[in-house]
Amino acid sequence: MSTYCAGLFADIGILLLGALSVYIILATGQLSLGNAGFMGIGSYVASYLTVELHWPLTPALIAAALSASIIGIIVGFPALRLKGIYLAIATLGFGEMVRSFFLNFSHMGGSGGYHGMQHVSLGYIWAWAAGILLLLTLLERSRLWLEMRAVHDDETAAGLIGLNTTATKVGAFGFGAAVAAIAGGLFAHHYVYIEPANFGFERSIDFVLAVILGGSTVGAGALLGAALIVLLPEWLRFLADWRLAAFGTLLILVLLTRRQGILDRPLLAKLSFRGKSP
Amino acid sequence: MLLQQLVNGLTLGAVYTLIALAFSLVMGILSILNLAVGELFMFGGYVGFAVIAAYLPLPIALLAGMAAAAVVSIVIQKIAYEPLRDAPLVTPMLSTLGCSIILQNVVTNVWGSDPLQLPTELFDTRVSLGPVNIGMMQIVVIGVTIVLVGAVAYLIQKTSAGRALRAVAENRDVARLLGVSANRITLLAFLISGCLAGAAGVLIGLHYAAITPYIGVDIGLKAIAVMVIGGTTRVWGALLAGPLIGIAEVLTIAYGGSQVRDLVVYGLMILILLLRPQGLLGGARSDIGQRV
Repeated sequence: MSTYCAGLFADIGILLLGALSVYIILATGQLSLGNAGFMGIGSYVASYLTVELHWPLTPALIAAALSASIIGIIVGFPALRLKGIYLAIATLGFGEMVRSFFLNFSHMGGSGGYHGMQHVSLGYIWAWAAGILLLLTLLERSRLWLEMRAVHDDETAAGLIGLNTTATKVGAFGFGAAVAAIAGGLFAHHYVYIEPANFGFERSIDFVLAVILGGSTVGAGALLGAALIVLLPEWLRFLADWRLAAFGTLLILVLLTRRQGILDRPLLAKLSFRGKSP
Repeated sequence: MLLQQLVNGLTLGAVYTLIALAFSLVMGILSILNLAVGELFMFGGYVGFAVIAAYLPLPIALLAGMAAAAVVSIVIQKIAYEPLRDAPLVTPMLSTLGCSIILQNVVTNVWGSDPLQLPTELFDTRVSLGPVNIGMMQIVVIGVTIVLVGAVAYLIQKTSAGRALRAVAENRDVARLLGVSANRITLLAFLISGCLAGAAGVLIGLHYAAITPYIGVDIGLKAIAVMVIGGTTRVWGALLAGPLIGIAEVLTIAYGGSQVRDLVVYGLMILILLLRPQGLLGGARSDIGQRV
């Protein structure tokens, strides 16, 4: 595989993890526009552990995921007070605060960025991405997921039948943050250079975009969405300067024709039963 | 020195106020975040810039910027918002994001991605008020903002169209039952929102004497914070919060280093969201958000 292709596949894997982090939180009916912040935290923590303390990458990633998930839970509690678009705006603010924190964090380079990480192989990135995707696919068949969807559909009703909606919502933030942090750690060890600008609003929006484009009701949707967001601009290269406009147009067209995203359960069922309806 | 900084902060804050209003008109009525506002602002700025560069007078530039942004805003409403009106609110937000990607690409292709400078002779006139040295353009920016905010406040509070707007914001279905055309009101909201964003774009061009295609994201995000701090339902909230943030920003740059300013602005926004979700000046309860 050429370096060019390998780079694209690595991008898809990292974006897939970021998208899944949004997907987990969205499954409980909360929209996060700040997951790049969790990604940034994971990225800096993992890099610090591997470069300064010479940890191997895998424990560093796990430590990064744990620390981000603690912060995710801390964010999740005040987030309980907010709903809908106001929650989205608050998480946007959180993301921007994390970015600007690292901009001021001169121990790790500040605005100059941080480097010294070892490059990681494409296979390693995809082992994580596929592992988390598999974990989520299993989770989707569990009772826990049903509880998450119940909170998504009607929080009051879910509370009335005795579900712990607080734990579900805050837990989703913690889990989502951990997945975003793994994406960040892998990002840092793929590009071997990070700077705060890597973890801005555009990155958070990319995550949300991948989930919504691919299909926000099935985990595999994030995979399709991530692949499209990385590959479409490449396929549109023949349009030269106009490829971003074409990308924007395609995005609007997809949303207009399939607002639930490209993949959804009926379509998946159709594909797996070779055309016969389930 | 301090007074000078205050004036600079006020000017920047005036621009924030206008963009925050552009966001809040759509958000207050439809509770969607129109992510294209930032790029409408940038687009209006470029149109105004083109008019000024052709040596036409300033008022024409302002009107051209407003008109251009308003037209695009209506197109966005028709294409990206209206068909997705009953979708979960993340969907129209992303379709307006699609529009903003297109707008930014078009502007970069037409005007190039390098910053453009305005002719400097416009900016030489300065007025001295005691120790403070105010550029003519700063007075223009603040003056135009006050006039526009006043006009919007009058429109919303006193006219029948404004009453209809508030009615739809309160309860779309009941308003429709009472004979308000919700579609026309939505269109009106996007129209005013576009006008304000366009005007803000022209004014920021005057403030910095330069414009780049990337100004929309940075200032647009800041304006969302201003909108939240002022409250989404009161016009006057933005008029208070804009200058507040503008001054806080300029002062942190002057005395605390430029890098802390985003921390201050977004930290304040989150605090307001948690402690006083209706914004500084009150207004409707904001916790009645739609489900995502």
